[in-house]
Amino acid sequence: MFWQEEIEVISREELQRIQLYSLQETIRRLYYNVPFYNQKFRDVNLKPDDIKSLEDIQRLPFTTRDDLRENYPYGLLAVPREKIVRLHTSSGTTGKPKAIFFTKKDIDQSAELIARCLIMTGVKSDDILQNMMTYGLFTGALVMHYGAEKVGILVIPAGPGNTERQIALMQDFGSTCLHLTPSYALYLAEVMDSKGIVPQRDLSLRRAYLGAEPYSEETRIKLENMLGIDIYNSYGLSEMNGPGVAFECKYKDGMHIWEDNFLIEVLDPDTDEPVPEGQEGEIVLTTLKREGMPLLRYRTKDIAKIIPDTCRCGRTHKRISRIFGRVDDMFIVRGVNIFPQQIERVLMGIKGVAQNYQIHLEAYDKMTVKVEIEQDFFDGNIEKLLALKSRITEKLKSEILVTPQVELLEPGTLPISEGKAQRVIDNRNL
Amino acid sequence: MKIKQISVFLENKKGRLLEATEALAKADINIRALSIADTSEFGILRLIVQDPDKAKEVLEKNDFTVRVSDVIAVQVVDSPGGLASILKILNDNDINVEYIYAFIQKSGQKAVVVLKMEDLEKGIKALNEKGVILLTSQDILQL
Repeated sequence: MFWQEEIEVISREELQRIQLYSLQETIRRLYYNVPFYNQKFRDVNLKPDDIKSLEDIQRLPFTTRDDLRENYPYGLLAVPREKIVRLHTSSGTTGKPKAIFFTKKDIDQSAELIARCLIMTGVKSDDILQNMMTYGLFTGALVMHYGAEKVGILVIPAGPGNTERQIALMQDFGSTCLHLTPSYALYLAEVMDSKGIVPQRDLSLRRAYLGAEPYSEETRIKLENMLGIDIYNSYGLSEMNGPGVAFECKYKDGMHIWEDNFLIEVLDPDTDEPVPEGQEGEIVLTTLKREGMPLLRYRTKDIAKIIPDTCRCGRTHKRISRIFGRVDDMFIVRGVNIFPQQIERVLMGIKGVAQNYQIHLEAYDKMTVKVEIEQDFFDGNIEKLLALKSRITEKLKSEILVTPQVELLEPGTLPISEGKAQRVIDNRNL
Repeated sequence: MKIKQISVFLENKKGRLLEATEALAKADINIRALSIADTSEFGILRLIVQDPDKAKEVLEKNDFTVRVSDVIAVQVVDSPGGLASILKILNDNDINVEYIYAFIQKSGQKAVVVLKMEDLEKGIKALNEKGVILLTSQDILQL
């Protein structure tokens, strides 16, 4: 099923023609309407007419998070302030947040993309979406909300938290789809389990959309089994409208990125050069349809790769792999680059390990992985626990090439998260 | 005769053992025998109490990870060689002892030890054949 079939299965040639046209048009608007970009073009002695092919994008300047912060609040608007109808901000853990603006047309366009995503996963008019992302300045919930309404399904604007009420809503209204973060999904599954709720028997759930933080394939499989549903990966970031930038189709083999709206590059984060297709690198995105606040070559800091083959679903828009990690999440221990997702992938594949874990880094690169054990795994036998500990240590060592200290914890000890989870606690004061 | 033992998983965190014993005290559960197996990061507290089901319930309510398993309790003569005679029976029958700990007893004439073996049934059989008396949960109540 398609929402906008003609654009979703468009030929690559036609798609590239549209991309070039949209890129040139975006560049003209930025050059003439946004002093920040005008200056950037002048710095490298470039005029809008110099961009004659899609490859020429490599001559254009990047936009970074710092650029967004420095131009806070209104500095990057490409339309008069009066045309803006909505503000979102992106969570800034340090310093100023980033402001993202939508015109009416931008809101409609982001809703169209979500509609494509939902239909792509099999949503029909009888579906009910329980939206468990945060409503407010964060893009996650509202953009999904508008898209689901565009499709015409019932949306329950539950927001996150209050897990017992969430379950009650599912029971009372028969929610079929959930939209939430992976860490909250894990917690939700755990609460259901402890309350004796069997989702397959007691609820009407069919699928869940997980986004806003990276997670592993093992976690997806674990959650699919626990909840008895299909789980689809969703990729988005506030700077690019929020959710709906890329989304999985029913084959769950990579996320289709809507290339008529976003021009994607995958670059080596150190050299800024494109990597060969299929290789991992930093995702860099250029908005092609955005009116209020177009962004050129935005450095997402997300590491992923393009899946080169065409998809069985018929859509011609390229697929990206799940996000391997954020450049910023990466930490270095004893000279080795490590992403928390690597650790998660190992942990979730080991029987006896519960959902929650934490990575602690102390002086002299002492790395401790704290892992909760599963309630049912404990049978009073100390050998079994020691064997689990050494199994975890061995498997982690072969994945990350560093031998961590592994600490087994009682189930439920680590702080639970209803939003983005803090997995790495770095006390090294580097 | 098997008796029930409570095992509690304790992570290496200050005050965790205190919390467990306090929870039992509040529920008026008396500990008859106890042992702690510990490693550098975690430990297992093993308990013999008069009402194991209640103890499990109380501990779980206080967020502890608890398992009830079977062990045996044996009365041995409180004199040199008392324990050795029991262990010899098990050794002769190739029965591996996982762990062992002793009871606190008021009378002081006989000692009681708790034994966990890999193959509990085989151990019970071997001890019975040699006329060793195993305590019942009823006996535990009397102690």
